[in-house]
Amino acid sequence: MADYRTPTKDLLFALRTAGMIDQISASKRYEHATYDVVEGVFEEHGRFFNEVWAPTNALGDTEGLEWSEEGVTTPESFKDAWAKYVEAGWQGMNLDPDYGGMGFPEVVYGLSAEATIGSNAALSMLPGLTTGAVELLQNWGTEEQRERYLPKMITGEWSGTMNLTEPQAGSDVGLSTTRAVPQDDGSYRITGTKIFISFGEHDLTENIIHLVLARTPDAPAGTRGISLFLVPKFLLEEDGSPGERNDVKCVSIEHKMGIHASPTCVLSFGDEGGATGWLVGEENQGLNAMFTMMNAARLAVGVQGTAIASAAYQKAVDYAGERLQGREVGSDQRGPAPIIVHPDVRRMLLEMKSYIEATRNLTTHLAASLDMSRTTEGDDSEGWDERVEILTPVAKAWCTDVGVQVTSTALQVFGGMGFIEESGVSQHFRDQRITPIYEGTNGIQAMDLVGRKLPIRGGAAFADLVAEMRRIVDELEGVEEMAASRAEIQAAFDELDTATKWIMEHGIADPRDALAGATPYLELFGLTAGAWLMARQALAAREELANGADAGKEFLEGKITTARFFCEQILPKVRSLTPAVTSGHEILYEIDAEALAST
Amino acid sequence: MNVVVCVKQIPDPADPGALDPNTKTLKRDVKLILDESDSYGVEMALQLVDTAGGGEVTLVSMAPNSEVGGLRTALAMGAAKAVLVSDEALAGSDALGTSKVLAKAIERAGEADLIITATESSDGYTGTVPEQIAELMGLPSITFAKSIAVEGGTVKVQRQTEAGYDDVEAPTPAVVSVTAGVVEPRYPSFKGIMAAKSKPVDEVTVADLGIDASQVGWAGAGQEILEIAAAEEREAGTIVEDDGEGFQKIVDYLAELKVI
Repeated sequence: MADYRTPTKDLLFALRTAGMIDQISASKRYEHATYDVVEGVFEEHGRFFNEVWAPTNALGDTEGLEWSEEGVTTPESFKDAWAKYVEAGWQGMNLDPDYGGMGFPEVVYGLSAEATIGSNAALSMLPGLTTGAVELLQNWGTEEQRERYLPKMITGEWSGTMNLTEPQAGSDVGLSTTRAVPQDDGSYRITGTKIFISFGEHDLTENIIHLVLARTPDAPAGTRGISLFLVPKFLLEEDGSPGERNDVKCVSIEHKMGIHASPTCVLSFGDEGGATGWLVGEENQGLNAMFTMMNAARLAVGVQGTAIASAAYQKAVDYAGERLQGREVGSDQRGPAPIIVHPDVRRMLLEMKSYIEATRNLTTHLAASLDMSRTTEGDDSEGWDERVEILTPVAKAWCTDVGVQVTSTALQVFGGMGFIEESGVSQHFRDQRITPIYEGTNGIQAMDLVGRKLPIRGGAAFADLVAEMRRIVDELEGVEEMAASRAEIQAAFDELDTATKWIMEHGIADPRDALAGATPYLELFGLTAGAWLMARQALAAREELANGADAGKEFLEGKITTARFFCEQILPKVRSLTPAVTSGHEILYEIDAEALAST
Repeated sequence: MNVVVCVKQIPDPADPGALDPNTKTLKRDVKLILDESDSYGVEMALQLVDTAGGGEVTLVSMAPNSEVGGLRTALAMGAAKAVLVSDEALAGSDALGTSKVLAKAIERAGEADLIITATESSDGYTGTVPEQIAELMGLPSITFAKSIAVEGGTVKVQRQTEAGYDDVEAPTPAVVSVTAGVVEPRYPSFKGIMAAKSKPVDEVTVADLGIDASQVGWAGAGQEILEIAAAEEREAGTIVEDDGEGFQKIVDYLAELKVI
């Protein structure tokens, strides 16, 4: 079975269409990131991950991790994969050039992350979290903190972690109790226990920089009393090199369904008197700082949904071309045919491909919106910002829900072999299953969408975005091959309007009504936004076909077919979702909790 | 120390193009990449220049349509500059025609202490160009190098043989062909890729090199491709159940092949 192949052609198409790279690189800040430059970078970047990381993926899954008092040992093959990654300098992609980064736009980083994740989802957690930690320090750290920590983190010689969750504080981070007591020298003593800390301990980098949420002694209760601290595994010497071990210890690692080679750690701070930490930003402002990182992290998890689905799809499509079963209906060939000729298998593959392209378009457009908000000013910038706020929970939740579904379908294409570990496709399914859960469950994302994002500017931000999306209906007018798609898109916008209006009206009267329909509403919006971007994809492909088809005629025609399939055959699902959005919360409570449990 | 490396840009073997039924040659109007067998020579050249503590690596390539895709990879690995010969007159060149062009391009690349090539390309496999270049330039030729060291005016090579290797040496400059797999080619770094964008590629035509167009391409080819045919499909292998005597069957099979 062929190994992972970074879908570079698809990534580049997304970059120049939904990714708006020409607009972004027209700005001073990103003038170095022209399409041609990124194309050259992606070719080498993709090859690196295909050849260096992908071969370690199954090895990491089967070998797993080893915990001991001294620390966590990662799979043998990861050492070389990580060393080469650091040597090549990929960690710096979107990070601050003042500290050694390459300063590329978020859209380039987001698309490049598909190679990182698709080639090895477990290992990709390490650079992903490090990037998050760097961005946090870039925004909130003091000049001294940035100078001491960022250069080594941006090379990947040191890594970073995010310490939010505690046993009693999961989605509700306000319940956290880790304590931080100020010392005379300006540092803080940190004591407490954090759980689910990805790459909280490992042997791939010479230092680990933990960013830890904790409470100072007189902090107010709840989320308003949380501060953020920098706690290195090894305290730095005067010259900046790692020295004495800090009082933070990995006391165990979790045994998980997937991403076996990503250590999920329980970290204990202060078993021997207190770990030394330094405040990042201001006291009690920790959650604000964390939120800047969280938007980026949610986008990144959305990309995981697409990347893992895409890796699974590659395996499925290869298998379907090789596996001989059944005769081809309507053919005079007597022998068994590759299953790819059977209509039902075709349906599975086309559905997967369409979904993958739609989710890729959505995260790409979201990342590009982030870049646009940074490179424009005034109302323009604010408009892009609002778009980022609205699309973030949708990208996180919809792309990962779809990702699980697509990865499951990939397994289905394999038939019985899909359930056998040897096929390799089941690893993708196990790895994928975490994505709807972490970084804010998809239920939390749906609540965020209806509770915080719909009401932005009294609902006007949302209305502006939908009005712009709806313009696609006009743009499709007269495009014959898209006529059926256009009709479905128009119908979907009508459904969306009905659902949005209902949520806005009923949500104010009784928030339970909005929350009860939040998840189907998010899916409805995800499908509609996906269709909007797929229709734009079709129009862009038509234009490229008319202009000489540099990307290849077959490739571009395929883009139109997947767009049509998505709009004509997947999008109509929205009609089944509106009733669930608009039925209110009552029925959910008609059976009381005890009756739900009694069987 | 200055090293010239001859590199070929070929259609991606993972996504192989078709043969053109008219010319009976590989279609080369697709995107071309660095021939993997040349990446070892590039790596070795970069290491030699590093060891010498100075000098640079220059690439020489002949390719249609001003193609630089493969050159950019080698430049991103660390080569300093390139000479690219691209000319419609070169279509259909045989090995000797190619060698004539490369020999002139190497001269244009400037003074070199060493010229490195692969032993053969991954698309044409003639395996004769390195020796022809040496002959045309009047230089010593050493083939199948597994390691190279340059001291003073001498190049010392461990030359791979069926039994092991021979130690051979020659005065510099010399043409040395490098066996695939003997070093681990570095991956281009992000900064290297960015820097490669602005490294000079000197693109020249046959006339620029002072070559008569009738000596190269179809016109100058001393060979003709009469026919091309698809390789026979591989037959299914034989599966032998191991009943505890499997080793004997392996021994018998190898004996039948007369390899033991």
